[in-house]
Amino acid sequence: MPHPAEIRIVSRRFGNPEARTLAGYLADEGYQGLEKALAMTPEQIVEEMKASGLRGRGGAGFPTGMKWSFVPKQSARPKYILCNADESEPGTCKDRLVMEWDPFSIIEGMTIAARAIGSRQGYIFIRGEYRYLFAIVDRALEEAYAAGYLGKNIRGSGMDFFLYTHSGAGAYECGEESALMESLEGKRGLPRLKPPFPAIVGLYGGPTVINNVETLATVPHILRGGGAWYAAYGPPKNGGTRLFCLSGHINQPGVYELPLGFPLERMLQEVGGGILEGKPLKAIVPGGSSTPILTAAETAGLNMDYDSVARLGTFLGSGGVVVLARDTCMVKFALRIIRFYRHESCGWCVPCREGTHWLAQAIGRFHAGQGRPADIKLFEDVASNILGRTFCPLGDAAAMPILAIVRKFRAEFEAHAATAACPAPAALEPQSA
Amino acid sequence: MQPGPNLDMLSPALRARFDAMIAHYPVKRSALVPMLLYAQDELGHLTPEVIRGIAARLELDELAVREVIGYYSMLRLHPAGRYHVQVCTNISCQLRGADRIWDHCRARLQLENHQTTPDGVFSLEEVECIGACSWAPAMQVNYDFHQQLTPEKVDQILDGYRRKGASGD
Ligand SMILES: Cc1cc2nc3c(=O)[nH]c(=O)nc-3n(C[C@H](O)[C@H](O)[C@H](O)COP(=O)(O)O)c2cc1C
Ligand code: FES
Repeated sequence: MPHPAEIRIVSRRFGNPEARTLAGYLADEGYQGLEKALAMTPEQIVEEMKASGLRGRGGAGFPTGMKWSFVPKQSARPKYILCNADESEPGTCKDRLVMEWDPFSIIEGMTIAARAIGSRQGYIFIRGEYRYLFAIVDRALEEAYAAGYLGKNIRGSGMDFFLYTHSGAGAYECGEESALMESLEGKRGLPRLKPPFPAIVGLYGGPTVINNVETLATVPHILRGGGAWYAAYGPPKNGGTRLFCLSGHINQPGVYELPLGFPLERMLQEVGGGILEGKPLKAIVPGGSSTPILTAAETAGLNMDYDSVARLGTFLGSGGVVVLARDTCMVKFALRIIRFYRHESCGWCVPCREGTHWLAQAIGRFHAGQGRPADIKLFEDVASNILGRTFCPLGDAAAMPILAIVRKFRAEFEAHAATAACPAPAALEPQSA
Repeated sequence: MQPGPNLDMLSPALRARFDAMIAHYPVKRSALVPMLLYAQDELGHLTPEVIRGIAARLELDELAVREVIGYYSMLRLHPAGRYHVQVCTNISCQLRGADRIWDHCRARLQLENHQTTPDGVFSLEEVECIGACSWAPAMQVNYDFHQQLTPEKVDQILDGYRRKGASGD
């Protein structure tokens, strides 16, 4: 059941199995965005997207209209549209719901994007673990081809667009846009050096727009309702609504669509039903595991939009809001984060490969009771030495959360070093759940 | 005459699917990763024969294919159990008791990470986030999601697979 505070735009069809069929989609205002877009020039589509204030929902929060405007008009090589459905940032579980409930919104959004940049071909790159979604998305694609919404001369417009799904096979790094393109070309998912950016040189060397699932699924709504209509839901430069994935120590975890700028306090108390077991809040991770943590004190009065969160030195990221209650051992939490990045480091850049490895071992020893107070400074030094020294942002994604946890919870690390065992061994898990 | 590398070990349906997939890309090699995954789904793991067959189909060196296999965590060169139990212990699950679920699975299946039961029915793996964070703790058995786990629920789920395994489905 939707929460009354939700504004359901990109999630409006969640829970309605009819919408997975073309007939059901059309009956619920489907393809009205494309219909408008086909009557517009590519420039007008891009302007509408800029007016919407839509920013990428995949992680970096880059303005979508601007991204599209970077694609050159003329290109010797074919241009491509990619949908990033690799969803692997810990704390994030929303793109899955969009594919499950509203596959046509992604197809329509990609078709509009193709129209805007002059592309004839695209791929939906879905993480391999989401196998059940292939049946749903492929079926929608089949229906779209059969009804002339994909393929040659779409709905008599003269526009051609061919779209296919593509499976990953387990690698967080492949969510990074340039690594995703390498993977789609049948190679290991090693990142490419930027610039050139994908808008200029992307898949098969052609200009490429890559957007997150939720970003693309929002596009038809913007075309249908107008950029200004969408923008008005959020504060300036933070247009619209987005899916927030609430997880961790919260009574009603779930995926909720809320306007940008929604107060965190209300998100936790009203929408999330309060902190588990009525405990006080300790901290939140605002946008997936790579975003620096915020202490409860820092979150006072915080509104959840890109710019407000950025003012606190962190990011709205992928929309994964992870809630930590009092008694959570921050050393153990940091350890799990760095173990993840060690596992996912592709090994290409030495600072990331060696740094994540060393940190995972050292924080592991520290948590097991063999830590010394001097180690804390070392954690900071090693993490700082990864920061900004790698090809792709995975190194930063590993270093930033560790630096924030160590710096903001230093006293807790010191207390941990003073005891042989974890002071809060079981406190990470709810006792009553 | 020895037959050259081929994909005869795969079902005709999958081979037809490969032909369709390859046509979706301007460069044949693009189909490599999904082909490896789907072949593994049929065979249980990537055998030397299927690796050679896929390399030949895409006109690639076998070495290039093996390099790719080594990169992706879902691809494997050795058999796993018929039911591959993958328990997420990443942050959202950890906060909801994933360590307890993991320990429970280890004890219940008498397996450590990356091991397979002697009868080949179950294998166990600790995995990273599977996109079920708001329904944590969670695991996947093969491609099926199981969410909001408790130790009791895990027992029922594993018993269900054991029965299925015994009846030969
Ligand atoms: C290590 C790493 C992993 C990423 N994983 C994802 C992902 O799973 N899904 C996603 O949409 N973006 C992911 N991104 C962000 C993409 O590189 C890219 O910015 C995004 O797909 C752009 O889409 P958007 O502008 O619509 O957000 C990741 C970035 C990095 C550095
Ligand atoms: S952290 Fe376990 S599913 Fe995301």
